[in-house]
Amino acid sequence: MAIDSSTRLDRREVVKALLRERGEMLVIAGLGAPSWDAAAAGDVPLNFPLWGGMGGAVAIGLGLAIAQPKRPVLVLTGDGELLMGLGSLATVGVYKPANLSIVVLDNERYGETGMQNSHTAAGGVNLAAVAVACGMERSSLVTRMDQVGALCKDLHSMQ
Amino acid sequence: MSTHWSEGVFALFKQQGIRQVSLVPDAGHSRLIKLCEADADLRLVRLTTEEEGIALAVGAWLGGDKSVLLMQSSGVGNCINMLSMLAVCQIPLTMLITMRGDWSEFNPWQVPMGQAARSVLEAMGVLVSAAQQEGEVVPFTEGALRIAYNTFRPAAVLIGQRVLGAKTFME
Repeated sequence: MAIDSSTRLDRREVVKALLRERGEMLVIAGLGAPSWDAAAAGDVPLNFPLWGGMGGAVAIGLGLAIAQPKRPVLVLTGDGELLMGLGSLATVGVYKPANLSIVVLDNERYGETGMQNSHTAAGGVNLAAVAVACGMERSSLVTRMDQVGALCKDLHSMQ
Repeated sequence: MSTHWSEGVFALFKQQGIRQVSLVPDAGHSRLIKLCEADADLRLVRLTTEEEGIALAVGAWLGGDKSVLLMQSSGVGNCINMLSMLAVCQIPLTMLITMRGDWSEFNPWQVPMGQAARSVLEAMGVLVSAAQQEGEVVPFTEGALRIAYNTFRPAAVLIGQRVLGAKTFME
């Protein structure tokens, strides 16, 4: 889908907005820019930023969500990191812990290695549709800043 | 008749307060999986690949849960890079690995990973013991659980085909 560059999402702003009213939310930030995004929004002990273990962020979130069922857990990751562990979406879709949310900052690129295309580039893999197919019916695509408020509300609704 | 090793291992899980058991199924683990499934206090998590289990264990530990990962030796190779998380963050995990590709194997495709499993695990900092007799499985598992959770590192028990009985082509 073509996205108008004048309304293109700024990842730092999106993450800041998502974490502004985070309360006790536990955040797993995937390898790459999502770790910087989470830290830029506030370097707090409730964040677990990854600098390795590519493909593992969602499964870490699942283990944490099972261990801490009363606390909201957010996995904040990128398209490349998620694509490496796509099977973990299937695992989450089977167990569906009510306190686990996954936000993918999909820039269609491997940002740490020189902005090479990922499989989501140019109308490729639709990760929101994959999540729905894995059983996460509430998955959606956010492309504008004015949609972030609703996403925030959704993320924090379990608190 | 003595009880199956799965009973003793399951009792250890309960004694040691294991809360999450993740797995990619293997025939050698089927009795232990059934015991875990039937226990309401254990969360059994089926994985699409073994490396998910390493990441799951990281999340479990961050949340205060001890976990165990069950897999077949072919799954060891799938875990290699993910094992770096346990090393960097000093996260404990016990892995019980049923062997293929060792004593009396019939399937040539199982041999390379089966033979490499121990050295691959050790190269990534996992403490390994290998049970070749039924009577070794429970004490080796107890030792692995203790060293993992007392010294914050991963430990694996390889359960040999001499314990499990080698599969035959006809089975």
